[in-house]
Amino acid sequence: MLSSILLEAGNLGLGYGVAALGAGLAALGAGVGIGRIGGSALESIARQPEASGDIRANMILTAALVEGAAFFAMVVGLLVVFKS
Amino acid sequence: MTTFALTFENPHFVAMTQSTHNKSLKGFFRLLITGVFLLTAFSSSASEESSEKFDAGKMIVEHITDAHDWHLWGEGHSSVSVPLPVIIYNSERGLSVFMSSRFHHEEMSYDGYKLEEGKVVAVHEMGEMEASLTTVNEEATAHSYDLSITKNVASLLFSIALLLWIFLSVASAYRRNEGQAPKGLQSFVEPLIVFVRDEIAKPSIGPKYMKYMPYLLTVFFFIWINNLLGLIPIIPGGANVTGNIAVTMTLALITFIITTVSANKNYWQHIFAMPGVPAGVLVLLTPIEILGVFLRPFVLMIRLFANITAGHIIALSFFSLIFIFGEMSTGLGLGVSVFSVAFVIFMSLLELLVAFLQAFVFTLLSAIYFGSAIEEHHHEGHESSHSH
Repeated sequence: MLSSILLEAGNLGLGYGVAALGAGLAALGAGVGIGRIGGSALESIARQPEASGDIRANMILTAALVEGAAFFAMVVGLLVVFKS
Repeated sequence: MTTFALTFENPHFVAMTQSTHNKSLKGFFRLLITGVFLLTAFSSSASEESSEKFDAGKMIVEHITDAHDWHLWGEGHSSVSVPLPVIIYNSERGLSVFMSSRFHHEEMSYDGYKLEEGKVVAVHEMGEMEASLTTVNEEATAHSYDLSITKNVASLLFSIALLLWIFLSVASAYRRNEGQAPKGLQSFVEPLIVFVRDEIAKPSIGPKYMKYMPYLLTVFFFIWINNLLGLIPIIPGGANVTGNIAVTMTLALITFIITTVSANKNYWQHIFAMPGVPAGVLVLLTPIEILGVFLRPFVLMIRLFANITAGHIIALSFFSLIFIFGEMSTGLGLGVSVFSVAFVIFMSLLELLVAFLQAFVFTLLSAIYFGSAIEEHHHEGHESSHSH
């Protein structure tokens, strides 16, 4: 049942749409995440400007970790597009 | 040496390159590009024409994947490229070494091999002849090992030479003017080395950081120099070395091996039996922690690969816009080219930042993993501060 649905979806080229949707959703999540990181980092720098160096380094690190999750989705999306 | 071997024989990468010349990809990229500019109607009316059309998806994929020659300019038959040596070992035919110019841009076969979609395959007919008249020998292809100096390998060798030149000359400069202010290249490299030591190694690893400094400095400068070389459009740059998943996998694997080898009892204890955690929770936590050990280098690999590849794709997409619109009308192409070039300059400047940032992030995360591996815990119930 499921396999026949998947096969039909493949014939219709739905894979591309779903891959794009998946990549888009991951970008949405990463955007919210990085936005929150940037927002809180700016707030902390405003509160304590002398700690801005440490805060910036941690901000970049955390943003990179969030970004990693988004890239997983992007690579999976690209694989769907390239394979089929 | 591992790096070179992996560059050729990664089946995942080969599979990605192989299946890229299909129409769906062309459609995907076109949709992507035109979708951004809300001009789908224009695009569909223009895409009715046939073969000699500009294919953005194909062009982009050709630029971000590996190749047997170093492309300079032109398309198809009239393209000009620097040939690179092809080295093939076959268990029956033995070793074949020749320049990739023998293939005449996929048109000719040579010594029983031909280029098919950028990949060397074995054919039944030996000697030199038209590639279209030959038939692929599947069995011989399966037993052929491609050890060629491809574009990525040549770029890798160039960057190694560049790194050796920079660091050997700087090292000799330190020996020559000991105790004096740095001069020339020294004043460029010294702040970066101090940056890696004071901002990355010391805070993340702790007092034993000196042991890991050689690796951290090597990986930092290797990634940074290769990222920058990738941004140079012409030879000796332009290869997508750090955007090759085999290269990033090798780097991540080295980090993984160093972490695992230098890990102390404390590290393993925190993975297999986190102290101060009830047994019922451990059933859940231990598999996650074990998975995390492998997930860390995996994310390290994906992050660098995807970041650099995405940067190249974006810059190339903006350039493709010129040609896509230029096919509709010359005026439209000229008009769009102003915005395209402006965007590419903006993206390239952003990529300069990303090139540094990715080298920094890779080095920092490696240092944090090393730090977590050798950390000594003095107080009870302390959670490990960094996970993936």
